[in-house]
Amino acid sequence: MAKRSNEPLLWVLFSAGGVVAALLIPVNLFLFFLAFPLGWIDAPTYETLLSLIQHPLGKLYLLVLCTLPLFHWAHRFRYTLYDGLQIKHLDELVNTFCYGGAIVGTAVAAYLIWRIP
Amino acid sequence: MATYTEYPPRGYRVRMSTYWWLGKWPYLKFILRELSSIFVAWFVVETLMLIKALSDGLLAYAEFQQFLQNPIVVALNVISLCFIVFHTITWFNLAPKAMAVRMGGKRVPDVLIAGPNYVAWVVVSAAVAWLVLRG
Repeated sequence: MAKRSNEPLLWVLFSAGGVVAALLIPVNLFLFFLAFPLGWIDAPTYETLLSLIQHPLGKLYLLVLCTLPLFHWAHRFRYTLYDGLQIKHLDELVNTFCYGGAIVGTAVAAYLIWRIP
Repeated sequence: MATYTEYPPRGYRVRMSTYWWLGKWPYLKFILRELSSIFVAWFVVETLMLIKALSDGLLAYAEFQQFLQNPIVVALNVISLCFIVFHTITWFNLAPKAMAVRMGGKRVPDVLIAGPNYVAWVVVSAAVAWLVLRG
């Protein structure tokens, strides 16, 4: 029997991550990494933000926000390297770097969310 | 004597330039859209740094805010926002091409499929902003 391809699963993760990235990253990036540090909008206090990420739903939100977009990155970046640089012959190296990176990133995210006080 | 015929035969192949995507705007747009994934990854890294800073205490959080005020980081974040909004728009506009819905024998216009995505974007962004800012 032919070996089953992982491609459909990877594609589902890619598109789920694409939706999460499209809907959630712009507002989060704008607020947390531009508007708050640069004082464009009055930032919530440290305690408010900490209590937001301590809430179980806040943790779930962070987990989704970090992991699915990583798999989106892995899939798209893999094809960027293939098409942009024409290095399809290096596919083992590229796959290890992209999906390996996404898996390591997921583990780091899970650990950091787990250790929130 | 048996002769081995290679199949498919080796033919003449035009070698594509590595910079094939620089010539035409649609090609360049495609590569720019694909490159948006790098900024998605950067956003995740930054978010993980934020989670760590918040967990480590007030001092770590203040240091992270200083890092975010560094002009290089600000420039990187502005560029990231542009690329990610570009991703959002191209992603939503792809939806009608990925699902060609037919109703009453006619194809539903692209606007009716892409439109709700934009509405969802506004609603979700407003909800996140409200949750964070309500104090």
